[in-house]
Amino acid sequence: MFYRLSGVYHTSYASDSRIFKVPADRNLAVFFLLFGLAAPFIVPSIYLNSYMLPWLIWTAAALGLNLVTGWAGQLHLGYAAVMAVGAYSAVHAARFGVPWEFALIIGGLASSVIGSLFAFAALRVKGLYLALTTLAMQFIMDWVLHHSPTVTGGSHASLQSPTLALLGQPITSDAGFYYVAFGWCVLVTIFMLNLKRTGLGRALVAVREKDYAAAILGVNSFYYKILAFAASSFIAGVSGALLVATFFFLATPEQFSVAVSIQALAMVIVGGLGSIIGSYFGVALILLVPGVINNLVAAIAHTLGAQVNVETLAHIPNAAYGALIVIILLIEPLGLGKLYGNIREYLMVWPFDQFRK
Amino acid sequence: MDWVFLAELALNGALTGLLYSLFAIGLVLIYKASSVPNLAQAALTMLGAYVVLALSRDVGLPLWLAIMLAAVIMFGLGFGIERVALRRLAGRPIIMILMMTLGLDIFLRGTTLAIWGGTSRSIELGVSYEPLFVGDMFISRINLVGAGVAVVLFVAFMLFFRTRTGIKLRAIADDYMASWSVGISVERGVGLSWALASVVALAAGVIWGEIQGVDQALSLLLLKGLTVAVLGGLDSILGAVVAGIILGIIENVGADFLDPLVGGGSRELIVAAVLILTVMIRPHGLFGRHDIERV
Repeated sequence: MFYRLSGVYHTSYASDSRIFKVPADRNLAVFFLLFGLAAPFIVPSIYLNSYMLPWLIWTAAALGLNLVTGWAGQLHLGYAAVMAVGAYSAVHAARFGVPWEFALIIGGLASSVIGSLFAFAALRVKGLYLALTTLAMQFIMDWVLHHSPTVTGGSHASLQSPTLALLGQPITSDAGFYYVAFGWCVLVTIFMLNLKRTGLGRALVAVREKDYAAAILGVNSFYYKILAFAASSFIAGVSGALLVATFFFLATPEQFSVAVSIQALAMVIVGGLGSIIGSYFGVALILLVPGVINNLVAAIAHTLGAQVNVETLAHIPNAAYGALIVIILLIEPLGLGKLYGNIREYLMVWPFDQFRK
Repeated sequence: MDWVFLAELALNGALTGLLYSLFAIGLVLIYKASSVPNLAQAALTMLGAYVVLALSRDVGLPLWLAIMLAAVIMFGLGFGIERVALRRLAGRPIIMILMMTLGLDIFLRGTTLAIWGGTSRSIELGVSYEPLFVGDMFISRINLVGAGVAVVLFVAFMLFFRTRTGIKLRAIADDYMASWSVGISVERGVGLSWALASVVALAAGVIWGEIQGVDQALSLLLLKGLTVAVLGGLDSILGAVVAGIILGIIENVGADFLDPLVGGGSRELIVAAVLILTVMIRPHGLFGRHDIERV
């Protein structure tokens, strides 16, 4: 059904390495692109800015983390720290008077530099020990943010972000913010879609699968690890900066704490390692569902006439968020992207799935 | 240089460090048996303290009975967590196992706080807050009690690993396949290690709960516990105890020197630095096995 391979013949290498080999995939992508463009006219403004906008920016960030964790196979528990570097550099640059286009790039490059420091840990250890090192680096970044008033305005202080302006146009409307987020997310998605088809992407996958084997094939794993960290950090930095510029409007250290790093990793793993569509699902699930569950509990309690403690209500989203991670990992360790892939595979040959190998 | 003051800092640091060891022993037990880094240990610690509080305050049991009963509950809970959540992920890449324990951590913490609320409460073990004077140095009594518990637990585990069950656990830690082939139930052994770690978490939770109150801050012990476990070598209980003492001293003395320089709060920084340096220089820690996967 829907996804049909019949009638799809590749007669040249160019056709075989197309991004969307199945017409249905392409149609779906075009549909969502059009929906995304039309969203400000369809979706009520409150949903647009409080749900869709953070969802899109976080998806871009999660794709960046997926690049280093899913593609290059390096555990990263300090992603929020890298985002913080980008956010603070960009906001400081913008406050200094640099145009926002350049401020964003400065943020991304600053993140790349700091993010490459994380790569030096990856050059020495991997697996659990890499995770612990990056976690420790995240704690150090937290500490630096809380103890350097020149950067953050000090503990409990916040840094006001100047009005976002691109190409000389100040952006103040809800739709404007949304389009900026949408544009960035599309850009990152296109980059990631193409990554699979390039030598870089294949080299990263080789490093992930086995670095010895990659070295034998002539892939310099050190070089590609640093490249993966730098590229993902660039995406993190710009995403962090956009998050502050279009969503929070204030930069505070709490926005980039350890919990946020764990949240970013949860988005990627729940979504599926190395899965692009999965990152969209994962971010939606981790970012939006806990709130929905909370509203649900409140509504049920209201209809039943039961009194729910305010404190209980405040902690239910957290419990739900943890439970979601556990449940998804139990159902399908490869994440929502894999679940989607299973459905797609099934529909591909439906109703003749008994012929599937 | 005031040597008495330095000695006092070092001694109190060592005692606090033994409390970190108490926490780290739980991590080590699980890692030894199943190579799972249990990042949910902090949540278990917090949960243990809350269960004791609930049993003693809300049900009204005497404290010793509440602790006993809580130990039984935590034992069962540890077994259950392993059975439900971790066993199905056995053999999966480390990243999924890490994420599972992180998910468990978030879930347990959220659930605990949703049930009992986040306001800080004290367990009231009945240990006097009067400091104890040794010569010119003064020592916190509760830290002394906690350090005592850590040492007792350490000795208990050393003896336990000489019993029949303990030898089975050691065999599992050494080689999964070989244990299977001689008829040791690896699943039960790993489950047991989780159960024991949960009971250790309870002990840590009660002592820490007495020191700083039972609240969310208990879960901030994770970084320190992890650092102690890694510094000692992730699979050595002796390592956890020694590393706890070392980290406690470094942290307490170092913070005294660094705090005036950086304007306070340098403890976290020192701990994170110790963790990074350990992993960079000696990933297998002081007493750990040498087969750590290097790049």
